Amino acid sequence: MGRYVLRRLIFSIPVLLISSVLVFTATRATTDPSAAIRENPRATAEQVQRYRADLGLDDPPLQQYLHWLGDFVTGDWGTSLISNREIRPEIIDALLNSLVLGGLATVVSLTLGISIGLYSSLHKYSKFDYIATTGAFVGLSMPIFWFALILQLVFGVYLTRWLGLTTPIVYTSGVTSPGTDGFHLVDRLQHLILPVIVLSVQVVAVYSRYMRASMLEVLQSDYLRTARAKGLRERVVVLRHGMRNALIPITTQVALDVGAIAGGLIITETIFDYPGMGSLFIEAQGYGDYPVILSWLMVTVIFVIVFNLIADLLYAVLDPRIRYA
Amino acid sequence: MPDATEEFQRRQALKEEAKAEGSLHDIPLQREVAAAADVPGAQLPPGVDRELADAAGAGIVIASQRELAWRRFKKHKAAMVSGVVLIIIIIGSLAAPLLTSYTFSETDVTSPLQGPSMKHYFGTDTLGRDAFTRVLYGGRISLLVGFAVAIIATVIGATIGAIAGYYGGWLDNLLMRVTDLFLSVPFLVVLILGSLLLGPGVLDTVIILSLFFWMYDARIVRGIYLSMKEKEFVEAARASGASNRRIIFREMLPNAMGPIIVASTLAVAAAILTESVLSFLGYGIQPPTPTWGNLLDDARNLAVSAPWLILFPGIAILITVLCVNYIGDGLRDAFDPQGQGKSL
Repeated sequence: MGRYVLRRLIFSIPVLLISSVLVFTATRATTDPSAAIRENPRATAEQVQRYRADLGLDDPPLQQYLHWLGDFVTGDWGTSLISNREIRPEIIDALLNSLVLGGLATVVSLTLGISIGLYSSLHKYSKFDYIATTGAFVGLSMPIFWFALILQLVFGVYLTRWLGLTTPIVYTSGVTSPGTDGFHLVDRLQHLILPVIVLSVQVVAVYSRYMRASMLEVLQSDYLRTARAKGLRERVVVLRHGMRNALIPITTQVALDVGAIAGGLIITETIFDYPGMGSLFIEAQGYGDYPVILSWLMVTVIFVIVFNLIADLLYAVLDPRIRYA
Repeated sequence: MPDATEEFQRRQALKEEAKAEGSLHDIPLQREVAAAADVPGAQLPPGVDRELADAAGAGIVIASQRELAWRRFKKHKAAMVSGVVLIIIIIGSLAAPLLTSYTFSETDVTSPLQGPSMKHYFGTDTLGRDAFTRVLYGGRISLLVGFAVAIIATVIGATIGAIAGYYGGWLDNLLMRVTDLFLSVPFLVVLILGSLLLGPGVLDTVIILSLFFWMYDARIVRGIYLSMKEKEFVEAARASGASNRRIIFREMLPNAMGPIIVASTLAVAAAILTESVLSFLGYGIQPPTPTWGNLLDDARNLAVSAPWLILFPGIAILITVLCVNYIGDGLRDAFDPQGQGKSL
């Protein structure tokens, strides 16, 4: 097992290097690094030239790439062209925000998805199963940005108006209310509820269908018949012998989904003005802030690679039929 | 020391193979069906319903797999209803000029931001343009993108999957690693960068989306080819001197059509959704060409004053995608009766 992990880690180094080349090329091809200064009407041609020289933009591309890579690896991610702040703390803050939002949504979706899928599989073709299936189809077909806008409208405007409240029950943008200092759990949750609902709709649909299919397969297995034949109670058969095995494929999926959180919440974060990785990317992209985009893409890639590894390892650990050494 | 990823992939491949084999064999021979139906109360092969067997026994002996699939599809009520609704939506957007007396860019400054009425079914926007007309015309682009992407992605994916599955070995390994790579990139980010590179036109959007929609077809088709290539009919074709190309596309491809059709139907739904997201974020197709996505982007800041501008394009997307997904589910049941109830 240890050797396997080591080998996978060593193997991911060339993958990361190739990714970094792609990231660098893609960023350079899609952003104009001197856009920020060129848009300034008072900047003279000479100043633009000096700006480019300062950033090393006129060096050969290979040299620029190596320079950037060296800086990135040693932790010097540079400063944002727009806000002039250091990039590393900015990305770490955004990442933490995204992980809070994505983590919460994952917990909610998993709980709901597994419960719904389990119940559906045990009561196949029941009324509940029928409703859950229809719900899953609607959830999967829903344009989630539209759903987010509707929720904002209902909770932010209509509900407050109908109930005659002065402040809404849940907030439709940001992380904390202005004027609150320190950490207020209730206030924080009030800001998180709507984004979490939006993120969960599709994921619950996917997880519940996945769980249902996986559980139906397990329910037909020989070892479940064996468990029953041994005289175990139905509850033990279903939960301990059945569900635990049905969860294995979902675990892999969850690991992959968590890895995607770093770069995957773009829609929800933009609509709810949530300062996570997604909104950071859209903002940086809008301003052509290429140092931010470079580091952002690398962090996202690292996340995806690490969680891919975790998914494979989890699969191996949970399914004893796969042996390592 | 066995490699865990290889083991994992082998298991996945086996699963896919098993599925693929299932879908090839579970459509029972018509003879069997007829024979079983002759004996009252006889045990029918799994996946065959009584009515079908009776029909077969009553003289309709020759039915192609396609006919059988169609009969099964007709039983899926949601899919049939969805088919009708989708046809109405498609005809509606194609026949837009006949259904409305406005054009999608015609402004009327005297009646901006009016709510839905008999004059303007879906209300008007800031420039007094008729929202119903814009949703109809928007549907043209959204549907066009959805179908075009699904077709192109299916062609790319099926070709790659067929080559990987048929030849196997290092070529298979290489193609599948590339597929994995495409599957693991942060999807939306890459689409945004791609649209910045290519541009915001309809054709550009179709190209970008197609480049990131072929992986599912590739995997499915590979699984089928992997299990099919040792079959007698392939052997026979090879013995009679058919070229690899002929075997891949003429002999084997027809046998893989069921799962391919299902996968590409679901791709239509996903492509329509993705196009709307991209246009909504401002990186897809740009106004004045209306699409359901950029209509929503336009209306975003008007949500409070003109909620109808948000409501209708969103419902259009939801209903269309829902219909396509249900049709995909119906097709899956039709082509793969064993897998029923394991949809999505």
